[in-house]
Parts: sequence; C-alpha cells; structure tokens
Amino acid sequence: MSTHEQIADDLPLYALGALQGEERLALERHIDECPACRRELEALRGDMALLALSTAGPKPPARARTRLLEAVAREHRKASDRKPQPRWLPLPWLAAAALTLVVVTLSIQNSGLRRQVVALERATANRQAELQRAREIVSTLTASDAMHVTLVASKTPPQPQGKAIYVRDRSSLIFLASNMPAAPPQKAYELWLIPTSGAPIPAGMFKPDAHGSATVVNPPLPSGVEAKAFAITVEPEAGSSAPTMPIVMLGAGE
Amino acid sequence: MSSVESKGGPADIALVSAMRLGSEDALAQLYDRYSPVVYSVALRVLGDTGAAEDLLQEVFLQLWRNPGLFDSSRGNLGPWLAVIARNRAIDVLRKRRPETDITDVVVSVERDMAGEADRTRMMEKVRGLLGTMPSLQRSALEMAYFEGLSHTEISAKTGEPLGTIKTRIRTGLLALRKAFET
Repeated sequence: MSTHEQIADDLPLYALGALQGEERLALERHIDECPACRRELEALRGDMALLALSTAGPKPPARARTRLLEAVAREHRKASDRKPQPRWLPLPWLAAAALTLVVVTLSIQNSGLRRQVVALERATANRQAELQRAREIVSTLTASDAMHVTLVASKTPPQPQGKAIYVRDRSSLIFLASNMPAAPPQKAYELWLIPTSGAPIPAGMFKPDAHGSATVVNPPLPSGVEAKAFAITVEPEAGSSAPTMPIVMLGAGE
Repeated sequence: MSSVESKGGPADIALVSAMRLGSEDALAQLYDRYSPVVYSVALRVLGDTGAAEDLLQEVFLQLWRNPGLFDSSRGNLGPWLAVIARNRAIDVLRKRRPETDITDVVVSVERDMAGEADRTRMMEKVRGLLGTMPSLQRSALEMAYFEGLSHTEISAKTGEPLGTIKTRIRTGLLALRKAFET
C-alpha cells in the first residue's frame, strides 16, 4: 500500500475528528499537497452532513430565535455606539508631570485636531448613509415577500426577461430574472459573462421560483473583466465550466 | 450550486450577501431555514436542550459576525452548517477547544438542503439506509459521529480490531454517499 493509499484510508477518521497525534499531522501534511485527497475530504464532509440530517425532528424553541435576534441587535447597536475609550496606565508622579507638559503642548494642536474630527465625523456620516442605502437596496432585492412585477407594453404576453447590472471595477454583478420557465429536471440555468476577449465566464447558477423570478447577487468573478454581453444557458445543476448550446437568453451591453 | 434561488425564498447566497451588509432580516431567514438541522444535531450529540440551544446561538452568531467563514463558491450553506454544528457539539461534549479552524471546513455536496420538503426526503432516505445497515457498522459509525469517539476508543469499547472499526466507519460513510448518487 502506498503512502497515499494509507493516508486516504484515514480520511474518514480525520473528517470525523477521530484522528489524533502523529497520524493526524501526517494526514494534514499530505492533504496540503494532494488535491485528490482534499476533494475526497470535502466529499466525506458532505456525507457527514447527510448523517446530521438523520437527527431531524426536534425543533428549537421559539425563545432561541428571540435570543439570537436580540443578541444580534445588541451587537449592531454596540458597533454603532462604539467609541475609542481612553486607556490609563498607572504612572509614577514624575512621569505624570512629564505627561502634563505633553498635554499642554498637545492642547495647542487641539483646535486643528477638532477640525479634523468634524471632517471625519462628516465623512463617517456620509458612509453610514451610503451603507444604509445599500442595505435597503439589497434587502428589497432579497426580501421573501417582495413583489416582482415586469411591466410590458399592453396586450403583450409576459416574456422571460433578465436584467444584469455589472460594475467591472468592483466585479460586482446583480442579476434579476422574471417570467422564466422552470428549468428541466436535474438542470438549472447558468448565467455567463461574455468578456470582450476570451471564453465565457460562469457567473452563477439559478432556478426560478414558482413565479418565474430569480436573483443572482455577486457571484464569484475574476476581477476587472470587461463584459461584452451576458448570456443564459441550461446546464446540469452543478454548473458547467463552458456553456452548453443553445443560448436561451442573450443581452449585450449598451 | 452557489446561487440557486431556493424554494420559498431568496437563495442562500443572496441572504449571506445581505447579512454581510448587516441585514438582520437576512440572518433571521437563514435561521428559519437551517436552525432545525443545527439544533437537532446538537441535541442528538449533547442530549440536553439547554446545551443544544447554546450551541445553536453560537453557530448562528458566528455566521453573523463572520459571514466570510462560509465560502459560497465552495459548497452549500445547509450542509456546511450541519457539519460545523456537529463538530462544535463534539468539541463541547468532549470539553475540548475547537479542533478545526472553521475556515478550513469545506463541504462538498451539491444537494440543496434549503427546502424543508427536500430535507425531509433526504432525512427519510438516510434513516432508511441506516436502518438497513449491519448493526455493528451502524453503531461504529454512530459512535464516531454522535459521540466523537476515536477508532481506538471504539475498538477498546467493542473489543474489535482497529482495522475493522476503520473499515466499518469508512464503508458506512461511503454507503451514504452511494445511496444519494443513484
């Protein structure tokens, strides 16, 4: 049996946290260098997740939800109230006298600093407002009770429609689809970014809900790619690295 | 599948993105979706409702504080939370510090656990498979998974050779995978 086979044999124990000492270290060294064992470890954790499901049944009490959301709200408040606290160190009298001298010198600079603080506070307030606006946009886009309405010229039956909003410098992409037919069984839609040069880049998988709506928010994308167009194909649920023809929807940038 | 629009609500990835921006509502939706899995596995391991509630709180607070811990490009949130909850519950049970860095935990599973109906179907399938598993294999797997016993400890407890225990655990996990491949 090769070292690889011996180690691979221990992967289930490692995934379960049952491997200790030198055996564990040897395995960790090996998986750092062996992509096949890394993939197997990830698959074993998938098997472990299935085992977790066998326990399903008991539901947490309602108070657990309240407790979590209260803790989160408290953290939110604390984060926005947090201000730097002065830290006092015990100093001997002599050092305290020297410190007084420093304080006098610093007070001369005080008015300049105060002006800077005002400017910083203003900048912070602006950023807070921007953040709040971003939160509102995302929460509207993702709200479970959001109403999705597509407006079309009157007497036109609703057509499948996708809208991609892409900011190249931030590699940020928001995609909204409506009136999409359900994907075939075992299949899903895949969104593609078609760059100005090079192969199409996968930009997220989606399956429309019962109303034909779907969203893809900030899928992982390489940075700074210039997009020529966006396209949608039907792919296996796990996604593909290259689009399978035909292209079911296509849109070019303006 | 990282960006799938889940049945009955926004996709996990959209909710995680919203949570990164501080949306408490997004966290609440993820909690409603996955707290039964996290809680039930914690309860099974710890056998105590109070301890399971504490663990539930800890897992979701951790997700809230560091949504980046979950890398959506490398797997689905449901299975990831299930594995994190099980591992942390074992750490609590065995009174040890967290054994694995949470950011290293990549769970590769393509099945979506977001829908309750999907979870129920999967749960029935796993239970069915465990029911048909040879009892010694099932108990070795359960001792390793729910009690966090090492193969050495299981071997000492059952009086069976180390190699046999290793094989039972391995074939048990692979049988689960196989059942979901077909």
